[in-house]
Amino acid sequence: MSVKIKELKSDLAILKDFELSIGKLVEEVWAEEPGPTPFPSVTDLREWDLKVLQRYRPFYMPWCDVCCLCTFGKCDLSQDKRGACGLNMAAQQSRIVLLACCIGAATHLAHARHLVEYLVEKYGADYPIDIGNVEVEAPVTRLVCGIRPRDLGDLEEVLDYLEGQVTHLLSATHTGQEGSNIDFESKVLHAGMIDQVGMEVADMAQISAYGFPKADPDAPLAEIGFGVVDPAKPVILVIGHNVPPAIGIVDYLTDKGLYGQVEVTGLCCTAHDITRYSPKAKIVGPMSWQLRFIRSGVPDVVVVDEQCIRADSLVEAQKIKAPLIASSDKNCLGLSDRTSDDPDRIIEDLVNGNVPGALILDPVKVGEVAARTAIAVAPKRLKFKALPDVSEVTEGAKRCRKCDECRRACPNDLPIPEALAEAVGGDLGKLAALYDECIGCARCESACPLDFPLHSFIVKAAEKKMKEEKYKVRVGRGAIQDVEIREVGGPIVLGEIPGVVAFVGCSNYPKGGEEVAEIAMEFAKRRFIVLTSGCAAMSAAMYKDEEGKSPYEIHPGGFDAGSIVNVGSCVSNSHIAGAAIKIASIFAKRRLRGNYEEIADYVLNRVGAVGVAWGAMSQKAASIASGCWRLGIPVIVGPHGSKYRRMLLGRKDREDDWFVYDARTGDRVYVGPAPEHLFYAAETKEEAMVMIAKLSMRPNDTTKGRSIKLTHYIDLSKRLLGVMPDDVHLFVRTKADIPITMKDEVTQILEEKGWKENRIPDPTLLPRMIRRRRG
Amino acid sequence: MSKATEPWQTAEIAGPKKALVIPKPSVVSAMIKRAENPVLIAGHLASEVELVNGKPMDYVIRIAKTAGIPVVATAHTPREFLKRGFRVDTWMPAVDIANRLTDADWQGVNGKGHHDLALFVGLPYYMGWLILSGLKHFSSGLKTISLDMHYQPHASWSFPNLSIQDWESNLEIIVKDLGGE
Repeated sequence: MSVKIKELKSDLAILKDFELSIGKLVEEVWAEEPGPTPFPSVTDLREWDLKVLQRYRPFYMPWCDVCCLCTFGKCDLSQDKRGACGLNMAAQQSRIVLLACCIGAATHLAHARHLVEYLVEKYGADYPIDIGNVEVEAPVTRLVCGIRPRDLGDLEEVLDYLEGQVTHLLSATHTGQEGSNIDFESKVLHAGMIDQVGMEVADMAQISAYGFPKADPDAPLAEIGFGVVDPAKPVILVIGHNVPPAIGIVDYLTDKGLYGQVEVTGLCCTAHDITRYSPKAKIVGPMSWQLRFIRSGVPDVVVVDEQCIRADSLVEAQKIKAPLIASSDKNCLGLSDRTSDDPDRIIEDLVNGNVPGALILDPVKVGEVAARTAIAVAPKRLKFKALPDVSEVTEGAKRCRKCDECRRACPNDLPIPEALAEAVGGDLGKLAALYDECIGCARCESACPLDFPLHSFIVKAAEKKMKEEKYKVRVGRGAIQDVEIREVGGPIVLGEIPGVVAFVGCSNYPKGGEEVAEIAMEFAKRRFIVLTSGCAAMSAAMYKDEEGKSPYEIHPGGFDAGSIVNVGSCVSNSHIAGAAIKIASIFAKRRLRGNYEEIADYVLNRVGAVGVAWGAMSQKAASIASGCWRLGIPVIVGPHGSKYRRMLLGRKDREDDWFVYDARTGDRVYVGPAPEHLFYAAETKEEAMVMIAKLSMRPNDTTKGRSIKLTHYIDLSKRLLGVMPDDVHLFVRTKADIPITMKDEVTQILEEKGWKENRIPDPTLLPRMIRRRRG
Repeated sequence: MSKATEPWQTAEIAGPKKALVIPKPSVVSAMIKRAENPVLIAGHLASEVELVNGKPMDYVIRIAKTAGIPVVATAHTPREFLKRGFRVDTWMPAVDIANRLTDADWQGVNGKGHHDLALFVGLPYYMGWLILSGLKHFSSGLKTISLDMHYQPHASWSFPNLSIQDWESNLEIIVKDLGGE
């Protein structure tokens, strides 16, 4: 509530522009009883964390032997040494993981705060939250905070709590604070949970205010790929994760009747979100397409907002003479702040090349300036590109010293020198072949002693292939409807839908993005529910079957077996966690409100969900993953994910680790290693596919469900690894679990292993969930 | 630092404790002979890299057979071994076997107790880097050897950066030293 007084004269004083704000009065008429941990502090869920971490213990893989975070250092932590502050290597590694997750969570929270403040200013604090046909509209927020946000103003209160928590967590990484690696890990899990809420806040705000698809299984298809952009038109490229400036562009063009005449294209999550606003906008590709698209010369204006943007975007834009507009306080790029300037003057400066770019912190003004600048500059630029001619490639190849520095700098160890050697004779085939596996980092160029633009060489060689990139992606649908959860909640919890697998995260792939599409298609065919978000959702689209159809054209977008469901941008990841939470709420009637531990226990033991971040690169991906861990959802990362330097691994050979309570009796019951790991880096896609099937098993599976899941696990293992899994006996609880088609084979293994029949409990790790104790 | 003992991937700096460079392949065969319970871990690149006379996995098979060393295959590598008629002792994700090797109480792949020597070949360089680091810091009583063609500073012992030809030649000598054909 706020009271504003413009001017008040009394005998005591004269008040001018007086404003009194009283904290928001939350009118809470929610019938659901509050749970034990609303707005949990850093330690409120520590007991749950310790249970999880007792089973899934950290395995640390330090990059190097030292710590260099304070002036005591560098400190050598090798071989059980402690640093000058007293910290050992395990704690130091977990500290770094916590730092990464705090960075990730802070990034989403700052994004959410920025977005909510802007939308409150634009639409008012009482603008209602409406994300579609859902009763449980904010499952993560309800679960963590114990409140039910109704309008944009309520989200500000949630953000106040989240920001406080991240501050506490970050402070724990200071020298002389936390000393236990396990407590650092507990804080990592807290950071992830906080991040999940922040993402949900951001996406609820933008879905509600901007009218994005509202839990729509039939969200429209948008175009994706380099080849879908019409270079004959003025082209605006937006990059980043905060959509208001891109919406400003679409609105301006629409208002002026110019939208069809100018291409609005995007990279990364802003691209997802702009297609959620206007499916006519086009997605170029995931973040690894930044350099190749800019250097192609197609964009006439580059607009950057925040997150995952190359720090040299201004340098690259200048190479093609494209003005750049920075639109976020997170990423000012050294540009003059022109927010208060007359648009005419800014445009004149940009079009005439007086300045390389401008910082404009007003999304509406960005819209006008970007649109008018693109239209004015396009005829002057004539799509000036920064790609070499074929002759320049071959001449460069002739001068190559074969020093191998490019290959040694390449994260994927691509054989660039060999490809260059082939190019000497004019054959660019080997260079073109590198295109699919190139992550677009350009470290090869920085390493080259002759300053060859090697990334551009690769892009030039693959120019034809690049122009043929034309696919369809289903626009991010947002949340999952309650009615969908009602339909599939039972089959998921009973195991009859073999799993929910979510492809999330960045594009730091070991062998190109096509692997994401291949894995997603395989599991959709196996009747898993396949979810996608962020760059992974884009990579999943960039694939065609024999009929020329993309995965999103082949598979429906509803939350059901066999679907491929794009929820949207990075912040839409919250709907994936939200779906798992809603299964507990809607299907199992568990209370959500401030009841985190019970719901996480439910998800870990019953919901066969697995996250896959095949190209995980960022700190945000780390915090997104940690939000899944605390909720009991295992996450598989690609081989580059090993660089997060800590895994959470179960030990299936330690029988004691795999007991749960039977909530019906209080008995402790062995349930096998289900799921076996909580966080693990797979080496190849084949391995990942086997492990997705394996990590989908849960103690609560019915015999029919377990039989289905075992069928997938065994079948994939035999097909892709060439072997019968050696741990099948650990997953068979009763003979009814044995897949009928594999009965003889599995039975023989059980006999060899001395297997004994067990029972299927009502599984929980929480003693308080036991309904009746024996005796 | 000589070029031969620079980490293969640029910018990867290990720290104060770095792998001893294997001066000649007979050092490896001697260490294998001396070890009480060695184990060989083969990543997927062991089945992809082309040598003159086969692939690294062919040498893994010969070493394993000659010295009686159990083989753990990671990724999809068991399938490739089977194509050569060789059944590995177990399949496991690379980080999983590494994690177990840090456990002094683990009874090993063959149930004969903790492994005292682990030989690695065929993991992606950066994965090998991190796994070997994990073992360097968190395993006790374990020596690690990188049999790959590039220097791995986090191993106990590593080849320097080698040409394909020199690498294959070293692997051949190890097999012969162990008494293999």
